Amino acid sequence: MKKVLYKMPESLTGKEFTYCPGCYHGIIHRLVAEVIDELGIREKTLVVSPIGCSVFAYQFFNMDGTIAPHGRAPAVATGMKRARPDLYVFTYQGDGDLAAIGTAEIMHAANRGEKITTIFVNNAIYGMTGGQMAPTTLLGMKSTTTPYGRKAENDGYPMHMCEFLKEAKGVAYLARTKVNTPQDVEKTKKAIKKAFLAQVKGLGFGMVEVLSTCPTNWGIDPISAGKWLEENMVPEYPLGIFVDKVGDEE
Amino acid sequence: MEKVMVKGTEAIGEAAIRAGCRHFFGYPITPQSELPEYMAKRLPEVDGVFLQTESEVATVNMLYGAACTGKRVMTSTSSPGFSLMMEGVSYMACAKLPAVFVNVVRGGPGLGDIQPAQGDYWQATKGGGHGDYRLIVLAPSTVQEAVDLTVLAFDLADKYRTPALILADGLLGQMMEPVEFPEFRDLSTLPDHSDWALIGAKGREPHIVTSFDIDPYKLEKMNLELVEIYKKIEENEVRWEEYKTEDAEIIITAFGTIGRIAKSVVDMARKDGIKVGLFRPITVWPFPYKPLEELANKVDMFFDVEMNMGQMLEDVKLAVKDKRPIKFYSRMGGVVPTPTEILNALKEEIRR
Repeated sequence: MKKVLYKMPESLTGKEFTYCPGCYHGIIHRLVAEVIDELGIREKTLVVSPIGCSVFAYQFFNMDGTIAPHGRAPAVATGMKRARPDLYVFTYQGDGDLAAIGTAEIMHAANRGEKITTIFVNNAIYGMTGGQMAPTTLLGMKSTTTPYGRKAENDGYPMHMCEFLKEAKGVAYLARTKVNTPQDVEKTKKAIKKAFLAQVKGLGFGMVEVLSTCPTNWGIDPISAGKWLEENMVPEYPLGIFVDKVGDEE
Repeated sequence: MEKVMVKGTEAIGEAAIRAGCRHFFGYPITPQSELPEYMAKRLPEVDGVFLQTESEVATVNMLYGAACTGKRVMTSTSSPGFSLMMEGVSYMACAKLPAVFVNVVRGGPGLGDIQPAQGDYWQATKGGGHGDYRLIVLAPSTVQEAVDLTVLAFDLADKYRTPALILADGLLGQMMEPVEFPEFRDLSTLPDHSDWALIGAKGREPHIVTSFDIDPYKLEKMNLELVEIYKKIEENEVRWEEYKTEDAEIIITAFGTIGRIAKSVVDMARKDGIKVGLFRPITVWPFPYKPLEELANKVDMFFDVEMNMGQMLEDVKLAVKDKRPIKFYSRMGGVVPTPTEILNALKEEIRR
């Protein structure tokens, strides 16, 4: 007897990803798509794509969508959700998008308890613009705009968005995960599912920060990038569940 | 229908609701905060949504999101706030999203003051945001006209899939006048945008609303589609008012609040035996070039009056094309000239 073990999620169009080798966007896209499939909400979900490497996300997700201006995805998603509370809305944002130019929008959307879901991909660098410093760039880390390494006295400290957002009362689910091992992929999928369930159940704002890689702009190979993430990013950005008002998964 | 005394800002809000708008996003700024305040009170009564945003930047993007779902959406602001919205306006124009903006213009540039002015004409009619785009810009001169143009703005925005702007000023926003409101629009009769709106991809290919294409040839095609829309608007939607122009030798050109004051100037001048008429653009984009040019063939002189440094004056010059002399009088910084001041300035020009 034949059994399907693995197939393209219906929530993906099947268009080939345009990401660099070793970048985790592809894994994260797939996890989001699997979760939407499992919840059976594809036909009622809107995707808000960001600026940056994942600007093409709307081409990969098989659902109605738009691209928000840089950093404004939570505001765009708020407008959608307020106009159509019967639909499900998620934003997909990088660290430059969410933690720099869009800090105000994410803080206020979270604080209002906006019933939207945010997938926050943190790779500690600006990708598409060519490897400049992000708010999440680690101290000492080299980028094209921190050629001598990020210095706190000049550039400030790495931004910890989960730690900031966990105090916001409108947040229903908040977690930081990674996807560099199969076990982490499973954990991230569970977290993404809960972040969507926070919306489906009408509990409030849900966000998962996924630590990710940028071999191209980090200037290392994909295998080393996963190792570098583990050794350098995880100590700076501790993994964990910061807020969970969703309860046990059904 | 019965007339009621209403303040300009509140009249615009009520007109929007009657036009079928149920979604308002806004941030307080003087001199228009009564409009969001009115919507905050009124929208819940009609099962609508009011949201006070964290900034004008967030406002325009919430408008973008709500407009994506095909609903009638609106915001209001004043000059510095509208500047903050410019990026989003450019995005919405390119993404072909209908929405209504209200800019109750105050003195500027910069922080300026909170008094009436017309210094945002260029921003409204020539861009403000980046790239090639246009807005339908309607400039009311009375509270009743503000009501009528607000309803029209929603209809035109929907018809052409483009943002429309009510360009008012602090005087119009703050004054009270008797107004006749239109009937409530039956929401089920509003335009059906299900062919492009983001409402869930059930049983069809996904709808994508963007202002983006990485391929220059495809983006040029998007640009050309906008050009076609703007051409149609220029052909069909030019609106203006003429007052005592039939036998006029001098034409005052003025828009909005100053257009209303200029009407008094026309009557005063005629009492003094000077044959003056008024040409008041109602759509400042598309600007009524042709009808103004036709007047240039009949009169001796134009007298352009504005509460800015001569922004509409450039459009008047484009219309009149050196056929007749054009004189200019202005006050700025939130100063509203009296009819007598304008008349005296006009007489001064005649004497020269």
